[in-house]
Amino acid sequence: MIQVSTTINGDEHQFVCDPRETLLDVLRDRLGLTGAKEGCGTGDCGACTVEIGGRPVCSCLMLGAEAEGKEITTVEGIADGEDLHPLQVNFIKHAALQCGICTPGILVATKALLEENPNPTETEVRYWLAGNLCRCTGYDKIIRAVMETAAEMRENA
Amino acid sequence: MAFDEKTEGFNVVGTRPDRPDGIDKVTGRASYGADASKAGMLHGAILRSPHAHAVIKSINLDKALALKGVKGVVTRADFAEGLTGENWNVLENVMAGEKALYDGHAVAAVAATSQLIARDALKLIEVDYEPIPHVTDVDKAMQPDAPVIREGQASKAVPAGMHPNVVDYHESGHGDVEAGFAEADLVMERTFTTEATHQGYIEPHACLATLGGDGRGELWCCTQGHWNVQKICAALVGIEQSALRVTASEIGGGFGGKTAVFIEPVALALSRKTNRPVKIAMPRADVFKATGPTASTSMDVKIGLKKDGTMTAAWGEFRSQGGAFPGSPFSFTAMCAFAPYALENVKQIGYDVMTNRPKQAAYRAPGSPMAAFAVESLLDEMCNQMGLDPLEVRLKNASKQGTKASFGPTWDRIGLVECLEAAKEHSHYAAPVPEGAGRGISCGFWFNHGGETSVTLAMSEDGTAQLMLGTPDIGGSRASMAMMAAEELGIPYEHVRATVADTATLGYNEVSHGSRVTYASGLATIEAARDTVKKLCARAAAKWGIDEDAVVWRDGCAVPSGPNAGDFDPLPIGQICRKMGATGGPIVGHYEATPEGAGVSFAVHIVDATVDRETGATSVDRYTVIQDAGKAIHPDYVEGQYQGGAAQGIGWALNEEYIYGEDGRLQNAGFLDYRIPVASDLPMIDTVIVEVPNPGHPYGVRGVGETSICPPLAAIANAVSNAAGVRMKDLPMRPSRILDALDG
Repeated sequence: MIQVSTTINGDEHQFVCDPRETLLDVLRDRLGLTGAKEGCGTGDCGACTVEIGGRPVCSCLMLGAEAEGKEITTVEGIADGEDLHPLQVNFIKHAALQCGICTPGILVATKALLEENPNPTETEVRYWLAGNLCRCTGYDKIIRAVMETAAEMRENA
Repeated sequence: MAFDEKTEGFNVVGTRPDRPDGIDKVTGRASYGADASKAGMLHGAILRSPHAHAVIKSINLDKALALKGVKGVVTRADFAEGLTGENWNVLENVMAGEKALYDGHAVAAVAATSQLIARDALKLIEVDYEPIPHVTDVDKAMQPDAPVIREGQASKAVPAGMHPNVVDYHESGHGDVEAGFAEADLVMERTFTTEATHQGYIEPHACLATLGGDGRGELWCCTQGHWNVQKICAALVGIEQSALRVTASEIGGGFGGKTAVFIEPVALALSRKTNRPVKIAMPRADVFKATGPTASTSMDVKIGLKKDGTMTAAWGEFRSQGGAFPGSPFSFTAMCAFAPYALENVKQIGYDVMTNRPKQAAYRAPGSPMAAFAVESLLDEMCNQMGLDPLEVRLKNASKQGTKASFGPTWDRIGLVECLEAAKEHSHYAAPVPEGAGRGISCGFWFNHGGETSVTLAMSEDGTAQLMLGTPDIGGSRASMAMMAAEELGIPYEHVRATVADTATLGYNEVSHGSRVTYASGLATIEAARDTVKKLCARAAAKWGIDEDAVVWRDGCAVPSGPNAGDFDPLPIGQICRKMGATGGPIVGHYEATPEGAGVSFAVHIVDATVDRETGATSVDRYTVIQDAGKAIHPDYVEGQYQGGAAQGIGWALNEEYIYGEDGRLQNAGFLDYRIPVASDLPMIDTVIVEVPNPGHPYGVRGVGETSICPPLAAIANAVSNAAGVRMKDLPMRPSRILDALDG
């Protein structure tokens, strides 16, 4: 077993894990952070996306041991207390989720997009999200929610 | 049952409030199948056959059981004996008996202290297989020399002399098709095929089970119907139904695929064996190999058309394989095929065929999309050949109220003509086809369903309401149900809390399938609310000392029905509820029934697509869905169903397929090789909600979930065929297939 120290959503965490355990396994099974979902375990669906150093990462493709010294944001860390992130507000307002299983990964991924590119085109949003599968919505309302959020955040910036 | 026809003047219905589970789902708090855990919990894992068809000669568990951390192993011997009918089929699928019937068929399962140990232990189980000949193709499985999956499965309907793999037969229609074809100016017959596709829900099946030696159990799982899970699991592990309490978790997509059980009985058996809670979460590869998929089909269709566009006759033969068990949606395929059209002469035949593939599960309008692909493609080709407008031909022949349907019934109020008219007037259809693109249209039909339903509505002392539903919320239904309750009670939407109750706290509810939830649970919610209102009025009547019939409900208050009833101030719901303990006790309304007035639903889709002649890749450039919702309760989620069905149909048409090798093994059991549409594959999907009220629902609701996947296969095939200048008759239209077609 390996001992790991890391920062998740601003909180310091220490855990031990098997060398074969993924970061996703650790988050869900050892730390109780079940917001990130396992849809495939092979990096194809993006439901387990977390943000590490400003980049969206499939936590199922990273080992728990690799979290040593990292700063990680999961879907549980997007809102500021009771105040939802504008993306979260707009996903609800625009009905951008049906079952909601892909939502945590998509929120984390789009938050990283808007931090990198506050004024994305529809095509840019679509390609950025090409690694996050949604089977319910046909993406239409997701794209609209992201574009609306980007516009709002630009106005308020 | 008497229904009113309230289709206008709503306060809440038709608005777009935030869904009640929204915050939980955007913050990661919502608890899905794999998100629950219990103290002392073990992790389960399932060993699956690598062979398409093999006799299981022996299973040696010794080495697995000797691994540190392994607490128990189960095989078929740990499940109930003597089951018959569908219970036997489900058990045989959940855990193989004498034979492994497909690549991925479960043969044993382990419970261990960690998921890693459980999966390590699987490698230590020694199974002695004797591989035997297999067949995975529907047409080959019907040939005289095909390997027999299982003798004695055929229903009495199957004509004599057919292969034992043909297990059921359907025939329906009316008139004289030969006479009809003789009247036509053009008769055309074509053969079409579709591959099996998976529902592709992003959440793999997952459950947490506890079962003690006393035969009492608890089960948490992601399912479209927990009473169905309770019923089947109780039978498969040999306990009483009521002894098993099943709670439906949040569900990460189902599309029909979570109406069946796969891992739940296994987790229960492991829990009983180890006396510990056991959690199983399916790996994605197992989801592909052993759950879902839909049927694959081979279809012959023949249509007669006059120069003026009148369809004189239609005939079809639909062959459908549903894996190693009876139960493919062959009869639905046959019945849906010509349902959009008013035909004097029509006949459809269906065959249910077994192969060495996983047991098919329902997938959104099971069987209908394939039928539409065949019929609507042929119609498009004939319209092209005769120089007829494909939309006008559909309008000319469209089914309407009073039409005798192709499969027997006479249509009540239906909305196909309204959908076609809306399509004709839509800016998409009016716009010229862009240079280099092709346009396709298609109709689609689905029956919709009612089913057993229970709803309870309990008032709280502050005048807010708790609505207990039994149909898992797969697309925002708690919002629509709360809206209907709020509409009836005359209180704000936010004052209704809708919850999906577990099997121990509400009467039986059929699965969330058949597009039934907004219709049937909605109807039951309205009736439960009306029952509540009646009781609220009775309390006011008692307070005022007047007859109960002299009190009516208006805007959340009891009021005297008229000047003769007495002069009393309106009594608000909050005041009545605050005193309910002293005025007769809790105020609870409920409704239990099997409503049978689910109105059928039609849709029309319009697609513009272009084909890259160098790579064979298709681009869907513009997409419009027009569908009859009867009455849209929450339009956002109606649009969402339209868009989601279209997107799944686009995947089915262009990319998705089960690819089997010569060895009978599935070659693409992962999202990398089984490619569902991603965001960059799709355009915005425009929607038009047509509202032709369903006489069988108090507000006119028709289910909307399934019809949206019926037209896309054909609409896209027509667009692609028109763009490429060559008729595509086999799905999916993957690039290699398009290049082959272009090469002639």
